[in-house]
Amino acid sequence: MDTREKRKLFDRKIISQAIVDSFIKINPKLLLKNPVIFLVAIGAMLTSALFVINWINGNFSSFNFQIIIWLWFTVLFANFAEAIAEGRGKAQSENLRKQRTQTVARKLTNNKEEKVSAVDLRMGDLVICETGDLIPADGEVVDGIASVDESAITGESAPVIRESGGDRNAVTGGTKVISDKIIIKITANPGDTYLDRMISLVESAKRKKTPNEIALSILLSGLSIIFLLVVVTFRIFFEYDQAGSLSQSNNVSIPILVSLLVCLIPTTIGGLLSAIGISGMDRLLSHNVIAMSGRAVEAAGDIDVLLLDKTGTITLGNRMATEFIPASGFSERYLADAAQLASLADETPEGRSIVILAKEKFDIRARNIHDLNAHFVPFSAQSQMSGVDILSLNNSPERIIRKGSIDAIKKYLASDSSENINLITDLNFSQMIGVDIALAGGTPLLVTENKKVLGVVQLKDVVKGGINERFAQLRKMGIKTVMITGDNPLTATAIAAEAGVDSFIAQAKPEDKLRTIREEQSLGRMVGMIGDGTNDAPALAQADVGIAMNSGTQAAREAGNMIDLDSNPTKLIEVVEIGKQLLMTRGSLTTFSIANDVAKYFAIIPAIATTLFATKNGTGPLSALNIMGLASPQSAILSAVIFNAIIIILLIPLALKGVKYRPEGAAEILKRNITIYGLGGLIVPFVGIKIIDIVLTSLRLV
Amino acid sequence: MIPFNEIIQVVIFIIGLIIAAPLFGGYISKLLSGEKNILTPVFGKVESLIYKSAGINPSEEMDWKKYTFSILIFSFTGIILLTVIQLIQSILPLNPQKLSNVEFTLAVNTAISFVTNTNWQSYAGETSLSYFVQMIGLTVQNFVSAATGIAVLLALTRGLVTRQGNSLGNFWVDLVRSTLYLLVPLSAIFAIVLVSQGVVQSFSSYKEITTLEGYKQIIPLGPAASQIAIKQLGTNGGGFFNTNSAFPFENPTPLTNFLQMFSILLIPASLVFTFGKLIGSKKQAWIIFFVMMIVLVLGLIVSTYSEYSTNNIFHTSGLMEGKETRIGILNSVLWSTATTAASNGSVNAMHSSLSPLAGLVAMFNIQLGEIIFGGVGSGLYGMLLFILITVFISGLMIGRTPEYLGKKIDAFEIKWAIVAILLPNTVILLFSALALRTNAGLSSLANSGPHGFSEILYAFSSAAGNNGSAFAGLNANTVFYNLMMGVGMLIGRFGVIIPCMAIAGNLVKKNITPASKGTLQTDNFLFALLLLGVIFIVGALTFFPALSLGPLLEHLLMNNGITF
Repeated sequence: MDTREKRKLFDRKIISQAIVDSFIKINPKLLLKNPVIFLVAIGAMLTSALFVINWINGNFSSFNFQIIIWLWFTVLFANFAEAIAEGRGKAQSENLRKQRTQTVARKLTNNKEEKVSAVDLRMGDLVICETGDLIPADGEVVDGIASVDESAITGESAPVIRESGGDRNAVTGGTKVISDKIIIKITANPGDTYLDRMISLVESAKRKKTPNEIALSILLSGLSIIFLLVVVTFRIFFEYDQAGSLSQSNNVSIPILVSLLVCLIPTTIGGLLSAIGISGMDRLLSHNVIAMSGRAVEAAGDIDVLLLDKTGTITLGNRMATEFIPASGFSERYLADAAQLASLADETPEGRSIVILAKEKFDIRARNIHDLNAHFVPFSAQSQMSGVDILSLNNSPERIIRKGSIDAIKKYLASDSSENINLITDLNFSQMIGVDIALAGGTPLLVTENKKVLGVVQLKDVVKGGINERFAQLRKMGIKTVMITGDNPLTATAIAAEAGVDSFIAQAKPEDKLRTIREEQSLGRMVGMIGDGTNDAPALAQADVGIAMNSGTQAAREAGNMIDLDSNPTKLIEVVEIGKQLLMTRGSLTTFSIANDVAKYFAIIPAIATTLFATKNGTGPLSALNIMGLASPQSAILSAVIFNAIIIILLIPLALKGVKYRPEGAAEILKRNITIYGLGGLIVPFVGIKIIDIVLTSLRLV
Repeated sequence: MIPFNEIIQVVIFIIGLIIAAPLFGGYISKLLSGEKNILTPVFGKVESLIYKSAGINPSEEMDWKKYTFSILIFSFTGIILLTVIQLIQSILPLNPQKLSNVEFTLAVNTAISFVTNTNWQSYAGETSLSYFVQMIGLTVQNFVSAATGIAVLLALTRGLVTRQGNSLGNFWVDLVRSTLYLLVPLSAIFAIVLVSQGVVQSFSSYKEITTLEGYKQIIPLGPAASQIAIKQLGTNGGGFFNTNSAFPFENPTPLTNFLQMFSILLIPASLVFTFGKLIGSKKQAWIIFFVMMIVLVLGLIVSTYSEYSTNNIFHTSGLMEGKETRIGILNSVLWSTATTAASNGSVNAMHSSLSPLAGLVAMFNIQLGEIIFGGVGSGLYGMLLFILITVFISGLMIGRTPEYLGKKIDAFEIKWAIVAILLPNTVILLFSALALRTNAGLSSLANSGPHGFSEILYAFSSAAGNNGSAFAGLNANTVFYNLMMGVGMLIGRFGVIIPCMAIAGNLVKKNITPASKGTLQTDNFLFALLLLGVIFIVGALTFFPALSLGPLLEHLLMNNGITF
């Protein structure tokens, strides 16, 4: 199911569509969204018009013609970069969309069923879904229980249970009911579902620029204005100097000035900016995370503190029996046997884990209940106890076995015998173990037979495998992890240590989550929160980045600004990475783009000024700036323009994949990126322009 | 070739600055924060008297709009008053030479020039302005324009250190304190030192004497020392006499030469550490100081190298044209570098006569935005704009929303930082181009070719950078230049102050994010390197084409034996 591994960077179909799109995107209305490239297009248009006029007058300049071609290529390459990013994003979301539009929904109106297209559904509509039906839109289950195959969006083949009420009532459009029947209340209008929102993030026309992108666009526009000024005034300065020089030249012609301008304005980053943003969202989608906005993804890169709910996030969610600790006078096996008997009527995961542990340790098999002639006391949330009364032949109870939490057992024992109460309240034996167990991250259950304490079953939260390494990674990124749990401090300490979180809040009530987030925020920190329950909703909404599990409730999903379709809490690491990559790629390419200008100056300025104050050999003093030794002024200018255009194409893969991110401190990342993109940006164009110059000269193009 | 004792002086100058700036900077922060200091018994009463008589409530807190409005009201009132007293100086007292009223455009130009801390002088002091105008008009503005710069810096600093607030302080209090506790006492001491060395301080009329050769010569006099002290300390630079600090009555001895050079950079350099103290990080201050010092020293090395290289036309090095023989070459170059790095603009040698590359350094120092120490207050707030741009680009590179001192830098800050960098650059390039395309602009030129171009480019750089030094060779007292330069100076001043204040107003509202491992450090050498890169690349990319057609071309032509 996992298609993302197989996806190639360049798919032939996507490329051919992108080529067509690059021409469509020449539409000035679309170009206007990208001021830098718009400026290039205006320059290209101006040069083309002048060229045509000159041609009609009989002056064909092959040099100008080549310049024009490369100016247009610059625009097309930028369009192509955007188009290819869009194409990949669309391909990713197309499958999902296709499924939904074809879905027929069984709409319920006044208890009458009616078949409508899924796109006609509105918020609040009720639909029925039975075995084999596709769920037509996002919604929540209002009646019934069903198992649902969500593999279409999560890639996880095991079906999940969705039922009305409680924390598992949310369903996603495009998933399939594989058993039973449910009634769903639609919670989103078409065009407003998560998928639609995500699709709009990978389409440039609908995409809203993120705050950092806006700031960068302003910087790039500012630089472009400065360079426009530089080029316009350069002509005037040049002509003044030239008036005093004997030799005249037309080296400050419009095509050459436009070339200078296009080379100086940050076309590299300007051309790739939109592609970087789109491909970031695309990468997010390929990790099965749906974001409500690009802003949220960028914010993820800034998270300082991450709040995690313990249950279901750090631990597997169910406590498991791990050990039998008998009281003095009883064997471990006897305790295990009694505990298993008492747990047979306990259908909770905890109860089942006791049965399994007894089987694993002592090979005590679950007995045939009917053979036992026993009366079972099932586990109930109120009593917090389960047990069995094994009857003698005359149907009078022979063995009364009970298992439950310390408090529950205390109450149970206190109901008649005073002797045993002392045993418990004095905390001589059991409680000592209890404390010990709590220290180890467990919660003790007591097992009694005929009101005698046999011993303790140790239950432990099982921390998810590999979570320690993930938290270590977050720490390297500079993100502090905070675990929130309702457990007592001792238990919480143990789990926190085992999972490797940086700190924890024990005995937390739901409102503590919100309070903690507000506190951290008031200290200026960016807070991420991962949650799934309805009581997490306010915290998810308050957090700067709220990631809701897809398995969570509708309320939680609405409150968060991202949904993880895989319901995997450590997915945040990928989200943070993508957020950081987005910014890093933009920053690095901006640096690269600006650093490039140095070499272009050394190519174009001496080329333009070569005849200024020229001596007998035809070259003027400013030819000294031609440190690359470019063959001729024409080839120098053309080489710079060509380099400027093809560097966009060459950097498309980088824009699509993003600059590599490794979890390490800011200083290391900065050092590496400055070296590669800053220093590299200074050197590469010197080499590139020289090579192009050699090629152009050997092909006799200039 | 370079006289050893001159090298020693440069070394003492730099080391002296490195020692004095941190010490004095810390002290300034004490003076300005209203803490009790040794001057409180002397000036405390005066301070509260000023507030009372001007109807100022010193405890009023101003948001950025109110603060900016106060700056603008104060400055424009200053411009109008200064213009008016020039226009009617013949009927005002203290005019022993019976100088006539100043021409309107010259008066406006001069008024703008002194209020904006530029001190561009289209006039010649001794033949144009009365003692009254020089003292009550110009010298007063020398103080308060410098104090205004400090006020803006303080407001911006408060914007950075205040957590989710609104107030940037009180402009009037900042103005009064900067003047009263810092500039006035320091200038008074310095003026006395200058007088002891022979700088004139007199109200009498000019003396006519007969020289040994029997010619008559007029010796100009005036209350010079008091103005010269603040002209250097306040990075104003407007000389009392036309030839500025090349004139013996303005700069009589090697000691005054050294002290005046030192006082050009003293306050701008110290304010870096004042800033460090206010933000609670000495390290940040050292990094900024380091960046400024590196650029200053680099400029000095290039200039010195150029001056001492063998000139291909004269086949000798160390040409003295335009320099004072008693001052010498290295001290002239050190001054020219310091005065253009700081937006001072006083001169002890004629910049037009510097070797082309030394002239290029002087011009480039100004074009960088007057941030290499720069003007009093204005240098550092200009530098902070470049820091914001650097933080933004490098912040993106580490994958985090950029932040400086815990404040997030977003589109608003970038927009205004770009505006503040763009506006002065526009003045330099566009106004120069306009001058080169009009008869009014060209007719003032004394030279042609690249040198003539340099004269115009330098003039508008000086205006936009609020420097005030002249390349000379350009007759700037024409209606065209008086008005164009006036507009240029206004844009160069308020085109930076208003964006800075807007940024301060936006920053002050933000929360402060505590530093973590993922935060970009701005107090290490890597950041210093980045900041240097951004300053140089923005400056070079903007002005390299123009400079290559001006001083650089002239330098190359000179090596081929062509001069202008």
